[in-house]
Amino acid sequence: MTPVEPILKPQIVSAFDVERIRADFPILKLKVDGKPLIYLDSAASGQMPQSVIDRLVRYQTTQHANIHRAVHYLSEIATAEFEGARRKLQHFINAREDREVIFTSGTTDAINLVMHGYGRKFIGAGDEIILTTLEHHSNIVPWQMLAEEKGAKIRVVPINDAGELLLDEYEQLFNEHTRFVGVMHVSNALGSINPIKQMIAFAHARGVPVLIDGAQAVPHMKIDVQDLDCDFYAFSGHKMCGPTGIGILYGKADLLEQMQPFKGGGDMILSVTFEKTIYNTIPQKFEAGTPPIVAAIGFGAAVDYLSEIGMEAIATHELALLNYATEQICRIPGVRIIGTASLKTAVLSFVVDGVHPHDIGTLLNQEGIAVRTGHHCAQPVMQYLKIPATSRASFAFYNNMAEVDTLVAGIRTAQNVFV
Amino acid sequence: MNTKSLYQEVILDHNRKPRNYGILDNASHHAVGHNPLCGDRLDIALNLSGEHINHIAFHGESCAICKASASMMTAAVKGKTRADAEILIQEFRDMALGKLNLDGHHHLGRLTVFAGVRDLPTRVKCAILPWHTLHAALNSVTTTSTEVTDDSMHAPVDSAS
Repeated sequence: MTPVEPILKPQIVSAFDVERIRADFPILKLKVDGKPLIYLDSAASGQMPQSVIDRLVRYQTTQHANIHRAVHYLSEIATAEFEGARRKLQHFINAREDREVIFTSGTTDAINLVMHGYGRKFIGAGDEIILTTLEHHSNIVPWQMLAEEKGAKIRVVPINDAGELLLDEYEQLFNEHTRFVGVMHVSNALGSINPIKQMIAFAHARGVPVLIDGAQAVPHMKIDVQDLDCDFYAFSGHKMCGPTGIGILYGKADLLEQMQPFKGGGDMILSVTFEKTIYNTIPQKFEAGTPPIVAAIGFGAAVDYLSEIGMEAIATHELALLNYATEQICRIPGVRIIGTASLKTAVLSFVVDGVHPHDIGTLLNQEGIAVRTGHHCAQPVMQYLKIPATSRASFAFYNNMAEVDTLVAGIRTAQNVFV
Repeated sequence: MNTKSLYQEVILDHNRKPRNYGILDNASHHAVGHNPLCGDRLDIALNLSGEHINHIAFHGESCAICKASASMMTAAVKGKTRADAEILIQEFRDMALGKLNLDGHHHLGRLTVFAGVRDLPTRVKCAILPWHTLHAALNSVTTTSTEVTDDSMHAPVDSAS
């Protein structure tokens, strides 16, 4: 076997230097209609640094073959790099073992895996699943499908006007029928950071396993799945400097072993006859077919990059961005921030009096500013807040304060169009 | 494209002071249009006298492009026959999708201020929703959606988080 490449050592100084970091991202040099791109849509998908782009090219140029199959040189290299990426992800979230880290196509795929692999086996008629009002559609719809199939029931944790989960109500939802909890770590629409550690402990005290949708958390803070003690934790590569089409389901080994496979095919079997198929062990049991090898290796390079900068440094810079942007946007008359939880990531959802979010989005685009407008795949949140949609500026560690100023000026310009 | 050309004064004016905005009592034809991707909702009611659209009114929640499109549409089709309205509906849809030759023969007149949406795929549905809903009302379909798949106006819109 060829050894896994050593962790890259880019020249990043200990003090957080945002301009130096911005230079790592070629797309940030782009101009939109002659104006510098201001990318404030990282909650939808993040941008990729040159080191990750280079890693994808290097793999495809010199290392590609199918994995876990042939005995030839390239297959061994590709397999080693792919499994090396799994270990990088394992260490990044502090999973106990690498076999607890399953490659999926993304967070949605990971949640669907748990629904099919765990839910369809262990949740039945009359059983209850607890979700929250904040959930992204990807952590609602799979459970609705399961509930419909099995005759199970979904209970929903309410929120307050700030966009915080009501913990008392959460605790009161538990009863003898409760079989599963699904909750997002960080709200994609509002940025609220949910008290998942406390929620997990409460559920475990009642013997109920918990799935965390971590898509919006892993890119912004240090995650330790052992400290959280979650049973499942799902996240995506493309929101954290990696490619699209790759994500992770972390699961505790004993639970993963009890689960049934989600997809059948090659790589997830030990032997196949028409009479009986013996499934492979975890994680391969859940990785049928040829995986996105290059994307997995790129994901590994992405967490190398993030680790070099340091998740604490990233969180500190993003909090400064959030505080500055919140303060500046609050000063604009007629603009209201949606989502004011006491603990937030750098997500600013807002509405402007008399101007529909879609018009804000188009007018900001005219200034080179990319924001998301709409319901953010979280319609229950919008229904609770009685708004059809918001504009959402979501920041990453490669954004700077000057971009906040441009956003604020852009909102004022949009308001002036509608005066 | 230069989006400034989309937010022209005539569109801003119709957004500020929409024509035929409100509820029509005793409507003979009525439909509600939804754009599930952005939550926009438009209610269109009209009265046919013979083949002529005598009265038409709309209300709902929507962006400026959608509201101005609805306002200008109601002004354009009021007094016209159902057949003439259907021609305008087809021409407007074709224009928004970039399939209409603006220099050729058509009946859109000032409605060509919306031609710019063809370069903004995510905004095409905003402009088309009123026309889609009018078509449904004229054909006695009470609810419709921009996501009706057998319709030529359907265009994919990103729904990523």
